[in-house]
Amino acid sequence: MSETMLLLVIAVCALATFATRVLPFVALSRHAEHPLILHLGKFLPPAVMLILVIYALRNFRPLAEGSLNGGENGLPLIVASISVAVLHVWRRNALLSIIGGTGLYMAMIQLGWFVPG
Amino acid sequence: MSSHVSDWRDAMLQTVPVMFGYLPLGAAFGILFMQLDHPWWGALLMSLFIYAGAGQFLAVTLLANHAGLLEIAVATFMLNSRHLFYGLSLLKRFQGAGWRKPYLIFALTDETYSLLTSQRHTTLDRHDHACAWRISALNQLWWVLGTLAGALAGATLEFDSRGIEFALTALFIVLTLEQARRLRKALPFLVALVVGLGAIVLLPDRHLLLGAIGTASLVLLAHYLWVDRRQENRA
Repeated sequence: MSETMLLLVIAVCALATFATRVLPFVALSRHAEHPLILHLGKFLPPAVMLILVIYALRNFRPLAEGSLNGGENGLPLIVASISVAVLHVWRRNALLSIIGGTGLYMAMIQLGWFVPG
Repeated sequence: MSSHVSDWRDAMLQTVPVMFGYLPLGAAFGILFMQLDHPWWGALLMSLFIYAGAGQFLAVTLLANHAGLLEIAVATFMLNSRHLFYGLSLLKRFQGAGWRKPYLIFALTDETYSLLTSQRHTTLDRHDHACAWRISALNQLWWVLGTLAGALAGATLEFDSRGIEFALTALFIVLTLEQARRLRKALPFLVALVVGLGAIVLLPDRHLLLGAIGTASLVLLAHYLWVDRRQENRA
């Protein structure tokens, strides 16, 4: 692959990605105060946030394929996620919840707990 | 000057979870990129100018398959099209951001969007835009540093970091709880639950996020029209 081709591909990807981010600002800039836009501004972020959580946990498939969990690393995922939620409701310290849950997940993955052999 | 330093320190603390996610994921991208015998600066340019996790992995795959430029453009646009909906909810927030606005829009990844929309912002002023700018810039810094580490050090990285990418999932969980505490309304969470689980059952993996976020936006639009009409009838 020539370097020119590589640069061209990078430029095309950069433009296509930026287009998805800038389009609403270009097309709807005059309607920022419209009640519908304000409605979406209020309710869309929390919905997107929970969808991102569900997406991240999609490997947790309870009772799939006749086992307790069919997806790869699904059980550690769900155990660590519940820990993050409990930690956060209990102490309400974002960094503590995230670092605690991530440490637990890494331990489970690297030591092989709850990971089907 | 000291307030400037503390501003950056505050932003830094907020982006720590993203750092845990972006450094290893960026490194993974750098390593993959180098395995296909591309020059290292290609990975750097991608993380500087494309700056989209899944988008960059897709670009590497398409490069390896010698896909055409039009195909690459369409595939990248489709993959990232969920970002269309992110802008919708930030139109007002970014108003008057001046020279920072183009960068704020460019740097709108899933994680940056999540952090920005979870911040408490009582006033829409320059201070808020400066905060948003610091968070956006630091997030991209973690991504670029991770990419460089992966591309240059590659397989010699010794630290066993398996599982560290869970930090991003943990971040989304924490931010969902914070949003719930702030909003105290079940609607968006019910919509997300139904749409998200429905998408997992019905859609293939690559269309999952776009399908779920697009459908959630439509449901919220319908809800808006419904409430609007009810108020009109009452008036």
